Amino acid sequence: MIHPTLKPARLLAALLVLAAVFLTGCGFSTEDGGGGSNEPEAEGITLYSGRIPAAIGPAVDMYEAKEDLDVQVRFAETADLAATLVEEGDASPADVFFAQEPGAIAAVAEAGLLTELPRDIVESVPPRFRDPEGRWIGVTGRARIVAYNRDVVKEAELPPSPFGLTDPKWKGRVGWSPASSSMQEYVTALRAKYGDKRTGQWLEEMVDNGAVAFPDNVAIRDAIAGGEIDVGLINHYYVAQAIAEGGSDYPVAPYFPPGGLGSLMLLTSVGVLESSDRKEEAFDFVRSLLGDESQAFFTSSSKEYPLARGAEADPSLSVPIDEIPVSDNDLVDLKELQATIDLMKESGAL
Amino acid sequence: MAPARRAPAWLLAGGALVGAAAVLPAAYLVAVVAGDLSASLDTALSSRALETLLRTAALTAAVVVTSIAIALPIGWLTVRTDLPARRLWAVLCTLPLVIPSYVGAYLLVAALGPNGMLQDALGVERLPSIYGFTGAWLVLTLFTFPLLLIPLRAALRRIDPQLEDAARAMGRGPIEVFRTVVLPQLRPVIAAGSLLVALFVISDFGAVSILRFDSFTAEIYVSYQSSFDRVAAAALGAVLVLAMLGLLLASSRMRGAKAVHRLGPGTLRPTRPYRLGRWRWPALVFCSLVVLVAFVLPVGVLIYWASKGISTGSTSLNTIAALGGNSLLIAAWAAALGALAALVVAALVVRYPSRATRLVERFAHAGYALPGILVALGLVFFATRAVPALYQTIALLVFAITIHYLPLAIGPIVSSLVQLSPRIEEAARGMGRGQAEVFRTITIPLARGGVMAGAALVFLHAMKELTVTLILSPIGFKTLATDIWTQTTYGFYEASAIPALVLLAVAAIPVYLLSEQGAAPSS
Repeated sequence: MIHPTLKPARLLAALLVLAAVFLTGCGFSTEDGGGGSNEPEAEGITLYSGRIPAAIGPAVDMYEAKEDLDVQVRFAETADLAATLVEEGDASPADVFFAQEPGAIAAVAEAGLLTELPRDIVESVPPRFRDPEGRWIGVTGRARIVAYNRDVVKEAELPPSPFGLTDPKWKGRVGWSPASSSMQEYVTALRAKYGDKRTGQWLEEMVDNGAVAFPDNVAIRDAIAGGEIDVGLINHYYVAQAIAEGGSDYPVAPYFPPGGLGSLMLLTSVGVLESSDRKEEAFDFVRSLLGDESQAFFTSSSKEYPLARGAEADPSLSVPIDEIPVSDNDLVDLKELQATIDLMKESGAL
Repeated sequence: MAPARRAPAWLLAGGALVGAAAVLPAAYLVAVVAGDLSASLDTALSSRALETLLRTAALTAAVVVTSIAIALPIGWLTVRTDLPARRLWAVLCTLPLVIPSYVGAYLLVAALGPNGMLQDALGVERLPSIYGFTGAWLVLTLFTFPLLLIPLRAALRRIDPQLEDAARAMGRGPIEVFRTVVLPQLRPVIAAGSLLVALFVISDFGAVSILRFDSFTAEIYVSYQSSFDRVAAAALGAVLVLAMLGLLLASSRMRGAKAVHRLGPGTLRPTRPYRLGRWRWPALVFCSLVVLVAFVLPVGVLIYWASKGISTGSTSLNTIAALGGNSLLIAAWAAALGALAALVVAALVVRYPSRATRLVERFAHAGYALPGILVALGLVFFATRAVPALYQTIALLVFAITIHYLPLAIGPIVSSLVQLSPRIEEAARGMGRGQAEVFRTITIPLARGGVMAGAALVFLHAMKELTVTLILSPIGFKTLATDIWTQTTYGFYEASAIPALVLLAVAAIPVYLLSEQGAAPSS
């Protein structure tokens, strides 16, 4: 059966087998250089993180250095991790869950998977930044704000709330990201405060006024910097980070509208799993996240608001945290976001 | 002659094992749905679900038709004609498969979206919107038509040229010959390839989410991401499994019962390529256009981003090598296991058609119709309960990816077995060889084109797999695809371009070898 086409087939098969055997023999590479399955009982805790490595890495390192404990981190989308935790139930290898959006951690808490946090942890942030039942707690805050190009727009020209952006004066000059979860949470908060009718009307007027849709916050910021649009609805730290990198010449500035829900605080939050057999270490890790050092890291690197009592916000965050309204519990009502998406579709925003 | 009615026990046992493994994600859906049947029915039978289903069906049909319209001419041109550099065209036209659909969709938005490159270039106020159906149709066609092209080329290679010669000798023109002789022989492979394209479209999330097309999968993700409703998500997933069963039925109807294999054994006579003559030019223009849009443009943008990423020094070579090694490890194991499992299923379905083997085939397809998140959660559900020691290990990850992409290998192998006359196997049996030995020495070698095509398809998809890897990998285990995800999540597109290009380069190896496989046997 010698046939000229046999050769590549064999070569491919041999390559596959070789690659599989070779790589398996070498063991796979992990971030810590070979932890994983070799030492499943490693001293330490397991963290499920909906936040990316750059956003939490140094805070994890600080805890590891201080306690001489290993923190194993699984990174994935917050919602996917929440769903995974629910399926794992009592068998979850996770000790701590760090969520990027507030709804996800509330869902895990509703499933009865989070343990009550000790008093001292709960008390370390103001009541408006935590679960009333003490099952999860906010770590940092991300504010929804308006960003503008200060070469084109004077701050005094900006309206007291995003409701004013439907004025013909802003026609075609405003950017937003209806598909992003932060924008959708903002709309949910608007609905809770002003009702569906008023919110839907605002969405329609925004669309009629030529609001330009971008896929995410970064694209809005860059479009303002590039002069495509003059104003955008955005999370504050995207602007703060760019200013920190770009220096005083950077053309985009943040504006915290004082009126109504002009600005809104969205929380990143953390909880400890009921199924964890390392609860004490897990609590210590949460304490570490709320400690001075970690809170200083969060605010200085990613320009988010630190939520622990007494933590100092980065000097670039000129608006005091107390002046920014926080989403109330309507925001984590699990059915609400679906209704928001429906409303945004009806009004043509999505 | 009718083939032997009863399958050998070892083959049936293998099929049962594969079917039981592959049906796990669907079984998980059943478990969740059964937990709250009335809520599930409300979701699955809602007018919203029905509308979404119809929308998704329309998209699927459109993508399948355009994929055939692209893959059929390219397959024929690169196998049966004297098209210049035809092997190169074959490789270039297969590579779009390696580009993850979300990367493709993002690039389309960057190019044709509001404030995109084309709008800037034309200097117009606003272009027709690419969001919704049009964009999803375009992107999914461009990045999935190779699913048809690969098995089509393998099949074109196996077609007996003597039939065509006979038809031509009887005075039929080339187009007539293609329509009446070639096309009927390609029917099984078009059916199998279309099924793969269709299942890819209904399970894709990357492209539809960026292009804002409300497909069924997008609806499932919304159930998780906004309302954290696992029952609703599982109910919608169950509908997808039912849709898959419908597509599978349609595909096997189209595959048909007619024998398409040659009657006699023996080697194929090398085919004489058609001379294109002046038709060479439009053929080249067609291939160039496809390659330009589906491969050159996306890769060009990636290279541009990568050059910016290198200047900011964001990715170290060592990291990339380790990530590449991990991706290769997973993909190689999944490809080998997938091909083996698919061979068992294909042999059962083609040689021993019965109610039991059709059930195995249906079970084996269940995982591919579902979005990655449901496959991952299904295995979370079973592994944590049944085999906690295996949970979040390489073994479970490979297992999950294998059952997720298994149908990709079944399709090409079924097509190659259909084209292989069972008489050759019967002859070997008649000479006293056992069934297992015949399978090993006759069936597998003669179907190797399909087996390799199947393995390569699993390999390519495993290379870019994301959601299952994030959830089921050992902790700290990263691949090229998870690195791309980490970077793009925060808008670091420049940094994501380097792992994306490495992924392309690694995946190009099996694609190249496959096209060698499809090359004309030269003297």
